[in-house]
Amino acid sequence: MTNALSELLATRDWLLADGATGTTLFNMGLQSGDAPEFWNFEHRDRITALYQGAVDAGSDLFLTNTFGGNASRLKLHGGEGQVHEINKAAAEIAREVVDKSGRKVVVAGSVGPTGDIMVPMGSLTHESAVEMFHEQAEGLKAGGADVLWCETISAAEEFKAAAEAFALAGMPWCGTMSFDTAGRTMMGLTSAEMVKMVNKLPNPPLAFGANCGVGASDLLRTVLGFGAAGPDQPMIAKGNAGIPKYVDGHIHYDGTPDLMADYACLARDSGATIIGGCCGTTPDHLRAMREALETRPKGDAPTLENIAAALGGFSSESDGTDGTGPTRAPRRGRRRV
Amino acid sequence: MSDQEDDIILSELNDDDLVAQMFDDLYDGLKEEIEESVNILLERGWAPYDILTKALVGGMTIVGHDFRDGILFVPEVLLAANAMKGGMFILKPLLAETGAPRVGKMVIGTVKGDIHDIGKNLVSMMMEGAGFEVVDLGINNAVESYLEAIASEEPDILGMSALLTTTMPYMKVVIDTMVEQGIRDDYVVLVGGAPLNEEFGKAIGADAYCRDAAVAVETAKTFMARKHNQGATA
Repeated sequence: MTNALSELLATRDWLLADGATGTTLFNMGLQSGDAPEFWNFEHRDRITALYQGAVDAGSDLFLTNTFGGNASRLKLHGGEGQVHEINKAAAEIAREVVDKSGRKVVVAGSVGPTGDIMVPMGSLTHESAVEMFHEQAEGLKAGGADVLWCETISAAEEFKAAAEAFALAGMPWCGTMSFDTAGRTMMGLTSAEMVKMVNKLPNPPLAFGANCGVGASDLLRTVLGFGAAGPDQPMIAKGNAGIPKYVDGHIHYDGTPDLMADYACLARDSGATIIGGCCGTTPDHLRAMREALETRPKGDAPTLENIAAALGGFSSESDGTDGTGPTRAPRRGRRRV
Repeated sequence: MSDQEDDIILSELNDDDLVAQMFDDLYDGLKEEIEESVNILLERGWAPYDILTKALVGGMTIVGHDFRDGILFVPEVLLAANAMKGGMFILKPLLAETGAPRVGKMVIGTVKGDIHDIGKNLVSMMMEGAGFEVVDLGINNAVESYLEAIASEEPDILGMSALLTTTMPYMKVVIDTMVEQGIRDDYVVLVGGAPLNEEFGKAIGADAYCRDAAVAVETAKTFMARKHNQGATA
């Protein structure tokens, strides 16, 4: 069965995804601590402008304003009873923007983490995670999303729960995890381990990859790690535009459009097919990325040294895939059975 | 995998071996074994404070270092902290009775709009593991909730955590309000969370940014030592 994204993937060598949602909405007046998802009702014009910014900059795909649109996250703002409506509204606005654009752009329904830790370490069960993701998925589907897109996930169990929920909704999907702790996810998953997990899913994604995390360099190291592990699906790279700084009361990411243009080409050279930004990536960055992808030829996969030279160093020496990472000190006591 | 794997009888180990074993059991997140060992040391006449600092804090320090160095990750640290909590549950009332010295007190919470409390919980547990008294305000704290808590709890340290780019600027709202009320300098303000960095911490007026829970403990200890030194010379 084809869909808007699989059609694009079949005809193009690379696709430009979108940039930042949260940091862009701040610049439109979102107050810190408030839920951006309510703006799908309260400020439809601003959400339209958010999407329009990506489409006008040349994105082939953009994510809906629903990152925190699951019951667990919305509960903080008393919105847990509005999951369906909030997600539906966000996808409807996106649909409108795309239908007016006159070209093929994919509406990807963003699904962020629940924020809870899953059993046995935490209290979130597999069943309730699936239920929450499914509820959100149905809202996005009803609003007209082409695909679902889970992002910034740390735990393999949560990623699997999202996959299962998307199957229940009968929707094609993509998924990215966030590798922000010594090259691994917060829960310790390496890039190679994610590939192994994704390759085993009963309903595989159209594409998988990494988003957010530390900086553009770390993200590309993760993509190289994916590629080395033999993935079955196309890879996604959505890195932050540098690192966040606090300037005049606003968060400002220090990565320039030129740097993100280099990053986009290096991401393609590293094997990524869907390339975009995450926090701090504005339409200006996206335009520079698009131009670079269109005008510069694809090159050989970069080495880690090439990446560091172009985009800056890595946050840790190893990402856990090369066997050279730090190891624990010898035990002092006696080993247990 | 030899005869070393014979079942370990904790009560048959001498004090040094038992403490070494506790380090390993904390590392492996074995709560029941930690509880048993704490009780054995109490029966042998150890002061509760010594059990806390030499066995539990000692063990959690290793966990903290390996977390900092990317050897252990969140799931393992949560299990270790859970094991330590089992031991602390036994020691807490005894520590209060014996009037053991307190390292310091911290009020901690995740800022308004942020549901993520994994990092905050880790800091909370590691701080307790290091002997601090911790008042945990949980998630989604508005500025009022922080101010009420520091007024009633009188902590040495205020800790704030944010895991989203949409919530991290709220830390500045809290610090600015403290400045307005003239109470900013009464507390050490530590901030943390994945999207933050040192420069951000400075820009919003925090005393320090802590990259992870292990760094938070070290930073808190440094500030407490400084405070004690100032107290001595004042």
